[in-house]
Amino acid sequence: MTQLILQSVVSGILVGGIYGLVALGLALAFGVLKVLNVAHGELLMLGGYASFFAFTYWGIDPFVSMPLVFVAMFGFGVLLYLVLFRFVTRTEIHTRIKNSLLISFGLVLVLQALAVRFFTADERTISTSYSLEAFTIGPVRVPVVRLAGLVVAVVAALALEWLLSRTRFGRALRATSEDWTRAALTGVDVRRVYLIAFALSAALAAIAGSLVSLGYSISPSIGLGWTLKALIVVVLAGLGSMRGIIVAGIFLGLVESLASVWLGGQYREVVALVLFLVILSFRPQGFFGRAHA
Amino acid sequence: MRRGPSAIVAAVVLALLVAVGLVSGSQHILTLTIQTMVLAALASSWNILGGFAGQISLGHAAFFGLGALVTRELWLGGTGLGVAILAAVAITAVAAGIVGVPMLRFRDIYFAIGTLALGVAVFITAGNLWPGITSLPAEDLRNYDFTGPYFVALSVLLTTVAISLWLKHSKVGLGMMTVRDDEEAAGATGVDAFAHKMIAFVISASLAALAGSAFAYFSVSYYPNFAFSVLWTFEAILVVFIGGIGTIVGPLFGAVFFIVGRDLLPTDIDEFQVVLFGLLFIVVVLLMPGGLTEAAERLVARTRRPDRETTAEEPTATKGKELI
Repeated sequence: MTQLILQSVVSGILVGGIYGLVALGLALAFGVLKVLNVAHGELLMLGGYASFFAFTYWGIDPFVSMPLVFVAMFGFGVLLYLVLFRFVTRTEIHTRIKNSLLISFGLVLVLQALAVRFFTADERTISTSYSLEAFTIGPVRVPVVRLAGLVVAVVAALALEWLLSRTRFGRALRATSEDWTRAALTGVDVRRVYLIAFALSAALAAIAGSLVSLGYSISPSIGLGWTLKALIVVVLAGLGSMRGIIVAGIFLGLVESLASVWLGGQYREVVALVLFLVILSFRPQGFFGRAHA
Repeated sequence: MRRGPSAIVAAVVLALLVAVGLVSGSQHILTLTIQTMVLAALASSWNILGGFAGQISLGHAAFFGLGALVTRELWLGGTGLGVAILAAVAITAVAAGIVGVPMLRFRDIYFAIGTLALGVAVFITAGNLWPGITSLPAEDLRNYDFTGPYFVALSVLLTTVAISLWLKHSKVGLGMMTVRDDEEAAGATGVDAFAHKMIAFVISASLAALAGSAFAYFSVSYYPNFAFSVLWTFEAILVVFIGGIGTIVGPLFGAVFFIVGRDLLPTDIDEFQVVLFGLLFIVVVLLMPGGLTEAAERLVARTRRPDRETTAEEPTATKGKELI
């Protein structure tokens, strides 16, 4: 039993890092543009396929293709912003959130259907020569690729933190998310900030997708599930809080993992969702958010 | 549009629907019409909460599924269909009243996310508790008659439309729309926002359960959790927005457009149908907030003489116009 629990703790932490990474992108778009992109999980799915096909057809190692996938999905994010989300950001905040929810929901349908059409509905996993390798700490087994996933997630979060707090662009970005009108008055090019923030959000989702296709599996229909995980993490961390996100992700991973030990794997998501609703009811600002956020 | 012509149109459509149910021997047409009526009823029920009261629910399928589940279990268990449906609606109303309390405390986006989480949690739980497929007994299957399900679906649709119509012109319904347009202002003018949202939530859920009952009575076999699938919510939202949110005919028109369109498009590439509807939905949200109903109405208004055009310009709160 102790071994089972320890193993669950480790698996929970490892998957939680990816939850955090997915949520990071969602929170970035929400925090800066005030758009809720429910197609975030579909962007993850696309990133996962990009890595999968790069590996299957050209033999490119997923860790090598990750920067390429990042750049490609950054470009796709730019496209999505210019074609769709740009129009949403012109409206006032309430309409913005509602309309972005709706059009990204349309996007979910489109991207998912296209993925079924072109990638088939099969479940895919990248199996590299090192995919099955793992090392053991005492009674606990730690799969190498999943550990690498956690490391990538943490590195991405730190890089984003650095970008936000240490660079000129980061300052413009924070100013925009606080109050875009005042940011615009002080000379910030708000549209450029929006464009880059959204593209960055898509690129982060894609990186998470690469990790999912490496350590877990992808299929065209995984999007909604991941979006929901990201939403849960964002709300747990508190809307507008970037720092708590990886921690909140790991917390969610742990809760799910331990819940499946006691209640069985089939209730793992239900427990997370119920916990989410309870926290949303009693602490809507999340664990790390400010009371008024 | 004024009341006279639309009442005539409604009567003609109803007569046609009854005639199709009585006369048509084509299983294809009957199936399509039943599917359209069920989806139209479900979409109209979503529209009461989403269109009238302005609360975007992403968990509507939970109530559709609950209605289907209770109806199916009771009815296959030997209870009369009418009793089974009433029980399903009553149970769903109570369930909605209970979950509505925490859900409706969430505002805007939190309500959407909260209901999505609820819907997914219920879907997974239903799949865990009722894993087996539910099928009609072989005997019923041999004598399967479309007429029963057809008229059940028609009655369900009529009930839903009648309640929507009544709500739209009642004091409660007006209160809902006030809450939708400005919750603070509604409170300031003495409209109890929470109570109005709650009424919309319970009516909307109960009618979704009613649509679920029609689905359960019509379907030959399905996995019980299929009725809880988030797909139902998605289709309802798609249909409401494409048709015209906040109106009576919007969801009906949208459902016809959706089911007939899906039937007419080439079926060898299923995915492109979804892509087309998804794109159309995005276009509607971005460019035509009144949906196809409004677009069609503008077209009609344009072809008429300019002095009559003004009748179509009655503003409604949805930034769109209503036909009935």
